[in-house]
Amino acid sequence: MNQEIVVKVENVFKSFKTVKAVNGLSFDIKAGQFLALLGPNGAGKTTMVEMIEGIQIPDSGQIYIGGKDWKHHGNEIHQFIGISLQETRFIDKLTVRETLQVFAGLYGLDKKRVDEVIDIVSLEEKQKAYVVNLSGGQRQRLALGISIINNPKLLLLDEPTTGLDPNARREVWHILQKMRNESNISLLLTTHYMEEAEQLCDTIIILDHGQILQQGTLDDLIEANGGKEIVEITFKETITGDFPVQDVEAYHIDWDKTAQKAVIKLNDVDTGLKRFFATIEQKNLNVASFISRKTTLDDLFISLTGRHLNE
Amino acid sequence: MSKYFDFRQFWVLTVMHFKELIREPAVLFWGIVFPVLMSLGLGIAFSKTADSQRNIAVVDTSHGHDFQDSIPAFPAMYNHLYAKVIPINQAQFSFGIKNKKLGNVFFNFIHLSWHDAMVKLKRGEINVIVSKERGSFRYYFDPANPDAQNSYMKLTKLLQRERNAVIKNEDNVSVLSVPGTRYIDFLVPGLAAMGIMMSIMWGLSYGIIEKRSNKLLRRMVATPMKKPYFIVSLFLVRILMNFVESAILVLFAMLVFHITIQGSIIALFAVFFAGNVAFAGLAIFVSARTSKTEIGNGLINVVVMPMMMMSGIFFSYHNFPDIVISIIKYLPLTIVADSMRSIFIEGAGIMQVLVSVIVLSITGLVFFIIGLKLFKWY
Repeated sequence: MNQEIVVKVENVFKSFKTVKAVNGLSFDIKAGQFLALLGPNGAGKTTMVEMIEGIQIPDSGQIYIGGKDWKHHGNEIHQFIGISLQETRFIDKLTVRETLQVFAGLYGLDKKRVDEVIDIVSLEEKQKAYVVNLSGGQRQRLALGISIINNPKLLLLDEPTTGLDPNARREVWHILQKMRNESNISLLLTTHYMEEAEQLCDTIIILDHGQILQQGTLDDLIEANGGKEIVEITFKETITGDFPVQDVEAYHIDWDKTAQKAVIKLNDVDTGLKRFFATIEQKNLNVASFISRKTTLDDLFISLTGRHLNE
Repeated sequence: MSKYFDFRQFWVLTVMHFKELIREPAVLFWGIVFPVLMSLGLGIAFSKTADSQRNIAVVDTSHGHDFQDSIPAFPAMYNHLYAKVIPINQAQFSFGIKNKKLGNVFFNFIHLSWHDAMVKLKRGEINVIVSKERGSFRYYFDPANPDAQNSYMKLTKLLQRERNAVIKNEDNVSVLSVPGTRYIDFLVPGLAAMGIMMSIMWGLSYGIIEKRSNKLLRRMVATPMKKPYFIVSLFLVRILMNFVESAILVLFAMLVFHITIQGSIIALFAVFFAGNVAFAGLAIFVSARTSKTEIGNGLINVVVMPMMMMSGIFFSYHNFPDIVISIIKYLPLTIVADSMRSIFIEGAGIMQVLVSVIVLSITGLVFFIIGLKLFKWY
């Protein structure tokens, strides 16, 4: 992978009145890297992306895009990036093709590029349809098409699938995955869908209150927060006080006294569960229910903040 | 691509605004069909001597007989003047004055108690109350109500047996119906002026606010688009649309009502363009900051409603007190309407409207510059 840095964010702060939206963020995006900014509403994701897009100006700190800053190289950066904002509504009575032609014209591009983009975002059948007649997923694919009309090296997508049904969401993911495989484009994506970050991005930054809680690959993050597997167990007996089984190296237990539920995080299911069940047998506890699943980013977020991502 | 002027950007934006405009049937209806219908309706309403009916309350104790007796005994020779006396019932009868030039007037006398007469007066069902007190008639009405004044004038002539006056009145009246002196001649330039204001204020202001609200402005400035092109192309499309709307309205009035443009066409174009500039400046100013369409609605109405009411579009503003007229005269819509009327009716040329053109242009530019200073793209 080409290791050229396409975005460099250095100690950036941004406040709105009394709210610190972005509180000293620093990170890089390398060429070809797909990075997700993950966090609940109000975490500072959109503000951070809008500063990279040049829509907001940081109170302090530096942002370089392709090695250049907005203050001195606005025109070059416009050509370098492609963006999709949250919930942009394009003109209802323009067709898909006409809408793309407008944006192509703003970049000085011709109809050939419009044809290419219509093909990339799979809107051939809808190219003569008015925007008002498109489904939510088709509109989002149009927004995605507009964002890549200028062949950008960096794509900035702000919650590109919010409000879409699962099928429409997967269509957008499919287009982005295809772009990742076929080009060296970089992506910065904000989302509060864990699955989206998991599906699309090799690097994840978890934000809360404008600060980075944790960053790394999904595997790194999961491993650092207890393990890949989660087992939820309830017992026939009512347990008062602390859970009688303690953490060991093979597993970590969170005991929910109210729900009478043990949430066990482990990396190696075989070793971890063997040791756990050996212990509960010694304690004469009988299992009432048992659920095993993969650890998600939501679990990670809960373990980092005590809150769900969508709160 | 020129270093100074990117024609391609300007062209795609102009085409975008144009397609957006013409593909909205409501825009075509309100911009073209509605002004034509309004001129047709008002033109017909005010170019025909329609019969009018006036309800008069009679308050006395003689069940109206005394009143009927007071109406002139109609000799045969006046049959062509008086329509008929129709006793509807004991408490009500109607009486009409024929007048081919001014239209027939029918008085519908309703015998009522004082209380009922006051109730009907408050409801607007009658506007004059007459009673016979000590052998003579007494009239009760609000002199500030022009309709009541009119009823009173006609009624006194009738009840005071001024038959000769009626005859004289009719003989002395010459109905003005030559082009330039009719109500429709007054109305059409006013409607054209109002059309410019409404189209620019709603089209530009609301269009910008809506695009800001939909985050389209934010999305567009995240491209290499030159910002002034967006506004200038929007204005260009609106002014072209206004030209078509005004031309259709004037052509319609020429064909149907035979109105004429007695002054200079160049002066008319100058006023038209300056009016568009003035309202475009106001529109940019009004839409400079808000992204909420509800607030935009209110702001636009704050600007257009007072001008619509006061600038003398439908009726002369000279009925307002002098102090108010001195303000009304300087409203942009008043300047546009007055200038257009002077060209249409009085035969004004460019020199006669030059001051208006300059004032309108400066007004537009000043508001435009302030608006751009305040303008928020997102």
